[in-house]
Amino acid sequence: MSPKKRRRLYFAIALVVAGAGGAALIVRALQDNVLYFYSPSDIATKHVPPDVAFRIGGLVEKGSVAHGPGTEVRFIVTDGRKRVPIAYSGALPDLFREGQGVVATGALARGGVFRASEVLAKHDERYMPPEVVDALKRAGRWKEGGT
Amino acid sequence: MTGEIGLLSLSLALALALVQSLAGLAGARGNGARAAAVASGAAMGLLVFVGLAFASLIFGFVTSDFSILDVAQNSHTAKPLLYKITGAWGNHEGSMVLWVFVLSLYSGFIAFAQRGGTRLTSAALGVQGLLAAAFLLFILLTSNPFVRLDPPPFEGAGLNPLLQDPGLAFHPPVLYAGYVGLSAAFAYAAAGLVTGEADARWARAARPFMLIAWIALTLGITGGSWWAYYTLGWGGFWFWDPVENASLMPWLVATALLHSALATERTGAFRTWTLLLAILGFSLSLVGTFLVRSGVLTSVHAFANDPERGFFILMMLIAAIGGALVLFAWRAPKLESGSAFHPVSREMALLLNNLLLVSAAATVFVGTLYPLALDALTGKKISVGPPYFAITFAPIFIALLLLVPFGPRLAWRRGDLKSAVRSLAPAFGAALIAAVTALAIAVPRNVAGAGAFGLAAWLIASSIVDAVRRNRERAFGWTAAASAFAHAGLGVTLMGLAGTLVWKSEASDVLAPGQTMPIAGYELRLRDVADVNGPNYFAKRAEIDVWRGGRRIATLAPEKRSYPAEGQAVGKTAIRTTGFSDLYVALGDERERGRWVVRAYVNPLAPFIWLGGGIMALGGLASLLGRLGIRFKKSVAYAAAE
Repeated sequence: MSPKKRRRLYFAIALVVAGAGGAALIVRALQDNVLYFYSPSDIATKHVPPDVAFRIGGLVEKGSVAHGPGTEVRFIVTDGRKRVPIAYSGALPDLFREGQGVVATGALARGGVFRASEVLAKHDERYMPPEVVDALKRAGRWKEGGT
Repeated sequence: MTGEIGLLSLSLALALALVQSLAGLAGARGNGARAAAVASGAAMGLLVFVGLAFASLIFGFVTSDFSILDVAQNSHTAKPLLYKITGAWGNHEGSMVLWVFVLSLYSGFIAFAQRGGTRLTSAALGVQGLLAAAFLLFILLTSNPFVRLDPPPFEGAGLNPLLQDPGLAFHPPVLYAGYVGLSAAFAYAAAGLVTGEADARWARAARPFMLIAWIALTLGITGGSWWAYYTLGWGGFWFWDPVENASLMPWLVATALLHSALATERTGAFRTWTLLLAILGFSLSLVGTFLVRSGVLTSVHAFANDPERGFFILMMLIAAIGGALVLFAWRAPKLESGSAFHPVSREMALLLNNLLLVSAAATVFVGTLYPLALDALTGKKISVGPPYFAITFAPIFIALLLLVPFGPRLAWRRGDLKSAVRSLAPAFGAALIAAVTALAIAVPRNVAGAGAFGLAAWLIASSIVDAVRRNRERAFGWTAAASAFAHAGLGVTLMGLAGTLVWKSEASDVLAPGQTMPIAGYELRLRDVADVNGPNYFAKRAEIDVWRGGRRIATLAPEKRSYPAEGQAVGKTAIRTTGFSDLYVALGDERERGRWVVRAYVNPLAPFIWLGGGIMALGGLASLLGRLGIRFKKSVAYAAAE
């Protein structure tokens, strides 16, 4: 083998090793660091363990929002079939309303309350988060053109 | 009438784009000088007619001509003039017209500058013509901005309030100048493959376009991040949102491209790799366009969801990327390979730089597209957030930053590692001092943050060391200034990132008028919340006094605005900056009995994030001026010695 060819071979080996290492890194990172999205019905059927972070979406149940103490807020998210209580501390988004769609990120605490670290609402009265639309459709509670 | 002028202009522009592509490709042959002249003329005509169409659209928005559907859906008479103008591209149809306008600007520039000779220019114009034709066809078939509405409504539907910001005047045009600028690099790469002229001379001809694209991308991303920061009210500046990633990927590849083209232009090394990166860079621009415009994502950037458009862009994507790669596979093996280099050399440093940048882009690519692929294949909905990027992207980028200072200190072909290490010793010392100081002073103590400060000092100090050394060797010209600014800018941004991510303070509370809330040595007192009316919105404005050490030092007035025409509400943050630290206040929702949620952040060094981006862009500008042959002081001799 000529020195030039040998250098190329080493280079190719280095590339393959680096590529494999990178791919392994990516796969591991993807396994442990993605957030799944569940609807309230999913939570009831899938037995999501406590303290595992995920995202939940649905409609804020009418009459369920309670404030205090401090910036603490409690409300219930529903997909029309199942209901999940949510606790959150902080400012609510501009268009957070009862009866409207929200997506929250957090984890289930003991007792089945979802402790949210972030609450997102649609920023537009015409727009509904696509995951929420999907969850409502699966629960058979989605009416085209209305909320 | 303006609508018809616009539509007619777009149709004529399509015809001219086809002429440009046919004549341009014909002119790429050895004896095609006349066809090449026709292509240049067509490029100028294309610019005129797309410009006319763009002007008609803006005219329609400014005059609130609601008989044009696009204006009726996205504008409103009560909107301030600035947002009527910028609103022209604050929607899907108009943004595509802006895209083609920027594309035709680049075509005009290529035709005007004639860089790299007639054949190369002509072939590049041919490829640009094909792209322009494809996008014009896309506009005319799926996204016509001049569709009429009969009868016209009395009032328009308005513009998303998040977009009613001066940022809309700069962010999209500048970012498009970057995305589309990569099309010029792409066109030159394809032209180099077609004509077989992909050598050092080719790299010198194509590099200005890469530089302009890179500067614009840098400024576009930096500006967009700043806009998100002061608008969204969460104190964040980067969210690893797919749309942000869509701009980061081309930036990473364009950065690799700039460095690789540098080697090609100096020693002829990495010819085929540089071509491949040029193809890859624009391909990622197109992927970004597909992600944003097809409706697969939901975001403030995605204006309308229309599967037909997504399908069209996907086809365009496949044709452009596939065509270019086939051309590459066919022609690249015929190119001569460049000169050899030693394992310790500038070329090797640039190779490592490229490897790391492309790997970083690959991790972003996977993190961005994996959730979409999983949803399409299994219906599972997931999101990939900061933890993923912290594990994959961050280590690669840190490795890159550690190695950056060695590149400029190594000579072409064969470098001297020992003397490079010796010359960088002061920078290493500065990095140690910075890290130890950060560890000793900053509260709370944080090793990662101290490490980031050390790394930032390493980058900045080594840039200074390099500049001083070159000046002593009488070799300080545009090129040296370019690398010093660009690399120091990285360090400045890194300091901002470390300050904001590690030492940020955050507080939120429910306040009644007269109540206070402490944050990081400040005392915030809510004085009052009053109603104020803007030109097209109603707002609640809080007056918040900022106290420090028993003295009132400022009054901040964050707002919550609701836009009746659009039926939307947005917050308006208030930021008090010292240049070294931001006090950031946002008004939350109203709770019972007139009490309000107030959210505040103290972000140390936050302004450095965007300042660093600006410094990096200055580095790009220095390189561009050098490439265009502008004299650096009286130092023509320096440039020759470089």
